[in-house]
Amino acid sequence: MRTVFFLVQKEFLQIFRNKTMLPFLLIMPIFQTLLLSFAANYEIKNIALGVVDHDLSPLSRQLVNKFRASGYFQIKTASFAVKNADDAMAADRIDLILEIPQSFERKLVREGNAPVALTANAINATKAGLGMGYAQNIVRDFNVDLAQSKTALLASATTALATGRPANVRATYSNWYNPHLDYKTFMVPGILGEIVALIICFLTALNIVRERELGTIEQINVTPVQKWQFILGKLLPFWLLSLVVMTVGLSIGKLVFDIPMLGNLGLVFGYTAAFTPCMLGLGFLISNFADSQQQAMFTAWFFMLIFILMCGLFTPVESMPEWAQVMNIFNPVKYFVEFMRLVLLKGAGFEDIRQNFFSVVTYAAVVNGLAVWTYRKRV
Amino acid sequence: MKSMISTDRLSKTFGSFTAVDAITFDVQEGEIFGFLGANGAGKTTALKMLTGLLTPSSGQATVAGFDVRKKPDQVKQRIGYMSQKFSLYEDLTIRDNIRLFGGIYGLSNRDIREKTEALLEKLELEGEAGKLVGSLPLGWKQKLAFSVALLHEPGIVFLDEPTSGVDPLIRRQFWELIYEAAANGVTLMVTTHYMDEAEYCDRVSIMVDGKIEALDTPRAMKKAFDAEDMDEVFRKLARGA
Repeated sequence: MRTVFFLVQKEFLQIFRNKTMLPFLLIMPIFQTLLLSFAANYEIKNIALGVVDHDLSPLSRQLVNKFRASGYFQIKTASFAVKNADDAMAADRIDLILEIPQSFERKLVREGNAPVALTANAINATKAGLGMGYAQNIVRDFNVDLAQSKTALLASATTALATGRPANVRATYSNWYNPHLDYKTFMVPGILGEIVALIICFLTALNIVRERELGTIEQINVTPVQKWQFILGKLLPFWLLSLVVMTVGLSIGKLVFDIPMLGNLGLVFGYTAAFTPCMLGLGFLISNFADSQQQAMFTAWFFMLIFILMCGLFTPVESMPEWAQVMNIFNPVKYFVEFMRLVLLKGAGFEDIRQNFFSVVTYAAVVNGLAVWTYRKRV
Repeated sequence: MKSMISTDRLSKTFGSFTAVDAITFDVQEGEIFGFLGANGAGKTTALKMLTGLLTPSSGQATVAGFDVRKKPDQVKQRIGYMSQKFSLYEDLTIRDNIRLFGGIYGLSNRDIREKTEALLEKLELEGEAGKLVGSLPLGWKQKLAFSVALLHEPGIVFLDEPTSGVDPLIRRQFWELIYEAAANGVTLMVTTHYMDEAEYCDRVSIMVDGKIEALDTPRAMKKAFDAEDMDEVFRKLARGA
């Protein structure tokens, strides 16, 4: 163990003396948490709306006003020609067209219904889908308002008759665990998990390959240092650093975003300590297949990109196709993001995350086993 | 005299390419053994097998009395190695490097302290102990690397082209360090492609295409090839190959 101590000490000396390493370890988590949490937002506001109102009646104006007042839409163009609106959409200036036909008000009053046309620019499918959803809600609301004002009119005219009144059924919502639907609350814990995973994997892979590139690994290999000692000497420092990065990230989450921390912090750190060996092992495994830092970087990047996009941070894992969910069994970042959300936002205890925990421990064991095996074959 | 390195038909093949072809030689205790050859002749590969970095494909080798194949750890504890690539940690200070290598060879903290001071004094680097190794001139780095390779008092030190890229004055100083080590009973095996350095060795072997083509003292070799200097010996040998 004394040998491992000397190797760990050497590693820390190098890390603290390296001009790029410390900023990488401290500024990257700070910067990414801040930037991603503010920017990565599912809520879509400021949908650019083009209005083509052929009717110009009080009711059509009321409908347009309802769109304006909703807060989701910004009316960018208002014209009488559909072509103008189409051109604006082709030029990407508007996302949605609301077309109100002539005699909208007359039809609505006489026949009880009237069509409006909604056209969405579906290049950004998310925005189009959400925009359509909001727009339909507004139109539905408009209908309810209309029906209510009608019955109010009727009620005042014929006081005794209340039988024809339409039944209004309204769903009420309550959002548990994130009552104000604050996306930062939702994103920050996940982003924290992602950042820790990413940094640790990259640093480990690059560090080992760097020694290979410089030739210092050869000098170590002619000494009596055993392979397990060398590996432990490499992984221990980064394992400790992962806890530092976690602390930095959690502090920002608390101080800047005031994210809830319902779960036990001891559990968070305990789990992190059990999880990072997955990323250490992956970094180590990648280093065994790379001769230069450049190769290691590209390989690590290939995997990390897939892991991050599929980890459930940006799109829910549950809505991915079956095969993707099966593939995700091999995605360590998924477990971490899931864990962070469960424990920080829901206050889950060990019992609730037991399965996740054992998956991660198994993953770490398999990846490190593979890494040690390939390392032995290589040297 | 006891034999510190002994090989018997030691070979290394990579696929169909034979890098080292059945070399057999002995190196005596305290001897400076030169390992000469053009680039790609197989010197480095042979050295890597003797230091445990590569497993031999066939043949036998014992270093410091231990079979390199069966007891690599015993061998590693008893040898020092200075590679062609400068391989101390450039982002650590001189003192850090000495401490690291002392530590992994199992020296006690007291030994490390004492040896550090002795080494710094010998290389006249007392004032530079806190400097990063990367900031030193190449010649100093090489001398430091050699001294660090001697730190755990190995019986044998392998030097793979230790003086490549260094100016003649520093090379001369470097060889003085080698003589000093040999006088203290250390066996040295040196690869080089500077023929003048071959003259400094007790015995030299010349490798051509993985085989040892000649092995003798420089004096005997010059006589056998009827040559003025080692350079001529080498040219005559290479032409024959």
